[in-house]
Amino acid sequence: MRLNTLLMLAATGLVAAACETASDEKANMGSDASKDAVVNALQDNFKATAGDTVFFDFDKSNIRADGMETLKKQAEWFKKHGTLEATIEGHCDVRGTSEYNMALGERRAEAAKRTLLSMGIEASRLNATSMGKEHPLVAGHSEEAHAQNRRALTSIGPKRA
Amino acid sequence: MNLKTLILAFGLTALSTYPAMAELKIEITEGKVEPMPIAIPDFAGNGGPEAQAMGRQMAQVIAADLERSGLFRPIDPRAFIQDPASLQQAPKFADWKPLKTEALVTGVVESSPGSLKVSFRLFDVTAEEQMIGLSLNGDSAQWRRIAHKISDAIYSRITGEGGYFDTRIVYVNLAGHGKKTRKRLAIMDYDGENHRYITGGENFVMSPRFSPAAHEVTFMEFEGKKPAVHMLQTQTGQRRPIGHFPGLTFAPRFSPDGKSVIMSLAKNGATTLQKLDLLSGATTPLTSGTMIDTSPCYSPEGDKIVFNSDRGGTQQLYIMDSNGGGAERLSFGKGRYATPVWSPRGDWIAFTRIANGNFYVGVMHPDGTGERMLAQGYIVDSPTWAPNGRVIMYMKQDRGGVPKLYSVDVTGYNEREVPTPGGAEHPAWSPLIP
Repeated sequence: MRLNTLLMLAATGLVAAACETASDEKANMGSDASKDAVVNALQDNFKATAGDTVFFDFDKSNIRADGMETLKKQAEWFKKHGTLEATIEGHCDVRGTSEYNMALGERRAEAAKRTLLSMGIEASRLNATSMGKEHPLVAGHSEEAHAQNRRALTSIGPKRA
Repeated sequence: MNLKTLILAFGLTALSTYPAMAELKIEITEGKVEPMPIAIPDFAGNGGPEAQAMGRQMAQVIAADLERSGLFRPIDPRAFIQDPASLQQAPKFADWKPLKTEALVTGVVESSPGSLKVSFRLFDVTAEEQMIGLSLNGDSAQWRRIAHKISDAIYSRITGEGGYFDTRIVYVNLAGHGKKTRKRLAIMDYDGENHRYITGGENFVMSPRFSPAAHEVTFMEFEGKKPAVHMLQTQTGQRRPIGHFPGLTFAPRFSPDGKSVIMSLAKNGATTLQKLDLLSGATTPLTSGTMIDTSPCYSPEGDKIVFNSDRGGTQQLYIMDSNGGGAERLSFGKGRYATPVWSPRGDWIAFTRIANGNFYVGVMHPDGTGERMLAQGYIVDSPTWAPNGRVIMYMKQDRGGVPKLYSVDVTGYNEREVPTPGGAEHPAWSPLIP
């Protein structure tokens, strides 16, 4: 059902570029590889149109002004693509204990999710999870790297419970 | 071999001994102590070259244990005077006194196919008295455990404290770098030997903890993007999820009776503590609200739980009744406090503190007094206690470096790296192996 949604979108030409790549190999549209290609293309489109990441201050989960702008664009994108689902992953920098950061990451993901809900996106389409500090976006230990790693990443694709 | 046969395999017999009122003692509560000189000649081997080699290895493992404790200074065997043959009969104290050694350990290994009998004696050289005489039987494959048990007996006799050498560590091993990093649970002896992986590295894992009998490990694992608490049998590798609530579960800890696991549940932006009864599967919320409550730990008696929470604005330590009532703030220092761990003796709570841009491992008494820092680093995390409550192991990572395991005495002295293949984090110390 979810896959069908993706395939319909693919058929409308939204992700034409990805499908060209996928069909180069004459891939069966049901295969994992082509599913991945479709999801990746959707994510690329989402990232280019709205921005897929919201950043946070140290040990904070409130949505900053720049994050609010991003989430507004994300909400518009979700309204345009009325059936797509997403998982919002909360991430932290390394300057905290691993377990607390699991909780803080969830709080950040939930803050982004609630903002999207307040903008009219259906709760059934969004899922919030936490990756703690396990998956930094940027290696390194500068304040700049830390700031890049304190984020909520919205991943388009069938949401996981 | 499984745990049951292991328990049966160790026999312990007292050797004939003299009634001794030995004064040889190390007071380990008083900070830095001068290590006690101790002579540990190779144990004699009866039963061929294999027994002789085993006798040498036994002495080496015991010397390494005692040295690593920071309380003993094994004497260089090249200085020994008394010949091994006559030492088997009785120590000639006149030959040991010139070495300025205070203690002497002698032993004999008798090997038969598949099994070992090791007899050892500990002597007070100054008083010319025997302090211990014991004989241990066991499976040859478990010879290191026999050596560690001897080290425990010596440590215990001289310090008056329980030992901690016959123990294991479960931890998260890191292999690879960046996006290719693999995280696997591994179990090893406390000194890094007998290392083996117990998860395959398909998913990231966190926070393993031994059950009170050390035959099970509870831990958090990511299933795709969802973290959840699991249980794993260390011998069979058999596993099952136990934290499949709506929401994310992590930071699991066994109750002292092993009948339940408490853990954090993150849901709707709040993280609470939940208790799961392992037999019935029933869950009971221990905390509620909109804040973050995590990293719980039972008191040794099981009547209290210490945890960290930001309910007061910043992350601090709180103690509540184990049914969830009456939380009171414990920490009041500058900065943030996390990962409290109650000492098995009940007298200290170890924690991580983040202040002035540094990470510390510290301890305070359960009434909040006596706070002091034991170790610091760019990042330190996950303190865990040796079963005697005298040594703490933790993760330390230098800026730009790989996380590694270290141990330090509760006095703040004797910081040592614990050898692991690759990076290491989230250590948990087992109880003394039964």
